[in-house]
Amino acid sequence: MAYQCTIGSFTYRFEDLKELLAKASPLRSGDVLAGLAAESYEERVAAQIALADVSLTTFLNEAVIPYETDDVTRLIIDTHNKAAFTPISHFTVGELRDWLLGDDATTSTLQQLATGLTPEMVAAVSKLMRNQDLILVAKKCEVVTRFRNTVGLQGHLSVRLQPNHPTDDAKGIAASIIDGLLYGSGDAMIGINPATDRPAATSRLLYMLDGLRERFAMPIQSCVLSHITTTLQLVEQHVPVDLIFQSIAGTQQANASFGINLALLQEAHEAGLSLKRGTIGNNLMYFETGQGSALSSGANHHVDQQTCEARAYAVARQYNPFLVNSVVGFIGPEYLFDGKQIIRAGLEDHFCGKLMGLPMGMDICYTNHAQADQDDMDTLLTLLGVAGINFIMGIPGADDIMLNYQSTSFHDALYLRRILGLRPAPEFEEWLLRQGIMDSTGNRLSDGLQNKFFAALLPA
Amino acid sequence: MNDLKKIETKPDEWEALKAFTNARIALGRTGVSVPLKESLQFKLAHAHAKDAVYSHLQVDELLTSLSSTSLPIHYVKSQASNRDIYLQRPDLGRLLDESSTNQIQQLGSPPADISIIVADGLSATAINKNAAEVVDLLVRKGRQAGYSFAPIMLVEQGRVAITDAIGGLLRPRLAVMLIGERPGLSSFDSIGAYITYAPQPGLTDERRNCISNIREQGLPPVMAVDKLMYLIDSAFRLQLTGVALKDNDEGGFLATSTPDSGP
Repeated sequence: MAYQCTIGSFTYRFEDLKELLAKASPLRSGDVLAGLAAESYEERVAAQIALADVSLTTFLNEAVIPYETDDVTRLIIDTHNKAAFTPISHFTVGELRDWLLGDDATTSTLQQLATGLTPEMVAAVSKLMRNQDLILVAKKCEVVTRFRNTVGLQGHLSVRLQPNHPTDDAKGIAASIIDGLLYGSGDAMIGINPATDRPAATSRLLYMLDGLRERFAMPIQSCVLSHITTTLQLVEQHVPVDLIFQSIAGTQQANASFGINLALLQEAHEAGLSLKRGTIGNNLMYFETGQGSALSSGANHHVDQQTCEARAYAVARQYNPFLVNSVVGFIGPEYLFDGKQIIRAGLEDHFCGKLMGLPMGMDICYTNHAQADQDDMDTLLTLLGVAGINFIMGIPGADDIMLNYQSTSFHDALYLRRILGLRPAPEFEEWLLRQGIMDSTGNRLSDGLQNKFFAALLPA
Repeated sequence: MNDLKKIETKPDEWEALKAFTNARIALGRTGVSVPLKESLQFKLAHAHAKDAVYSHLQVDELLTSLSSTSLPIHYVKSQASNRDIYLQRPDLGRLLDESSTNQIQQLGSPPADISIIVADGLSATAINKNAAEVVDLLVRKGRQAGYSFAPIMLVEQGRVAITDAIGGLLRPRLAVMLIGERPGLSSFDSIGAYITYAPQPGLTDERRNCISNIREQGLPPVMAVDKLMYLIDSAFRLQLTGVALKDNDEGGFLATSTPDSGP
């Protein structure tokens, strides 16, 4: 079905829903690269005006990628909660935007609505919103998950401690873990990106992390970010696997390029549950996403990158994840060119994920060929803190020496907790107090703990 | 108000752990913030990386230094006409511009065993500093092993896959692309070497093998060229490059390329 909008004497015509969504999307280099972006500023606003009048039921009848050829579309349609959708089924996209900002949209109403919203509806409404709208609505959403601690409570900010090392050197990784823990990071998880995907290396790191956790009775969870097939193999060998990681995308073909499909995710989820390692909850999947991944594998089907990203959240939602992490600026300037585009995308991803009911966090980051710097990260970090993000990255000095990009640091997390009065996950905060690492006002205390930690990580 | 006391930034007690990693650990703090000295060190590293991304090939110097091989050298350009376009349109960096295409066509050079292609990629600085030594060693070792070489191509605003456009014209049995890698904070002058058997338009990147971090403080040129020669000999023996070649590797140093996050 075609859509149109007349501005002055010119009528813009948009052939179908996916073209309308793409043209309504705020400018970013990835949509230009894909040949999908609006050709003028006026055309973009015309598309937004037309999109505002599209009824939400349209999204259930007009799939942006055909149901027959894409299993993500089938997942979206087949799992759509019609009862949850009914109260807003008479809304247009524009009316949904106004309602979300209104006082009727409370935390509990939004939680009830989440499974009635499809990713395309959520992507559409985000395109009509300014940054402050994305922040205000996301702030009203609360998504709480549990494994060995509780992440996502209002007023709390957790951190994924990312202690990467270029050669997976155990002592090098241990040194970064100690640094992070003594700065109060690590409650979302300790998550290592391994330099190789060898099962033996992954297994060694998992045993090291588990040893540390047990020795110090830490209420945390860990993850080594190997391919899901590697992790599955380790689960079968009874290696201590807490969270199960996988990168996911919003189309079947893009997921295939990651070497995965929905059945494999299901299998891994069930395998993880069978271990029963969560003590206070069983959210155990850890997913990473990022705008541009579908296009980079030539699998975007002419759908704009932000809509593709929201579709990845439908995949994530199916498996009750503990954490979902949009690695927003990692992909490079051909998808998000500069700080402005990265900041916008970060706010969109957090909003879309939260509205769909996901425990969203973000790797607030950039590469050295993007037009961005640490000032841009400070801006996005602060905005996402205000928006109530569940977790951020903690990397020593914000400099990942293995993946060669810049993110946020342990110091950044303390900054955010301090200016916004945010606290770590409650169980982790209690542990920090007990260990004498932090006091109750969030100040770091001096203590000789590091030698004990180091010994636990590397038994003689 | 009396004079205020200057802040003494608080060092971390675990500074000794710095011996185990180059990560920025034990930075100390003022309040909960990073001390200025560390903040400026970070900025300096980022400045080096940004300068490298926007650096230019020193073409005259390279034409001179590469001439030690006595191979003809040709300076060509991709369709990305400047750096900002290059960064946003990787597709254009994979194609030769029209005059460069004509230039190579008119060479009419007979197909050789190996074509060496040198491209700025994301760090012309890396090429300016390290390419001549790698090329010189590679040509010497290659000739000792009996391989013939095509004219060297020096490419401005080039991506890895421009190998295929050049390969389609020069028709070498194998191409070696030396390209500036995406700068990190710890290194801004690394070369990546990509090997492609039977390069021609339409190949995908899993058909290549890559050796990364070639620079004096990383993988030094002498060792890099030894590895390249091992790889080249294997590629000719198996008549392929890419994933299948990786699977046969026992040394553990090969990786297939990851083009979209790299150059």
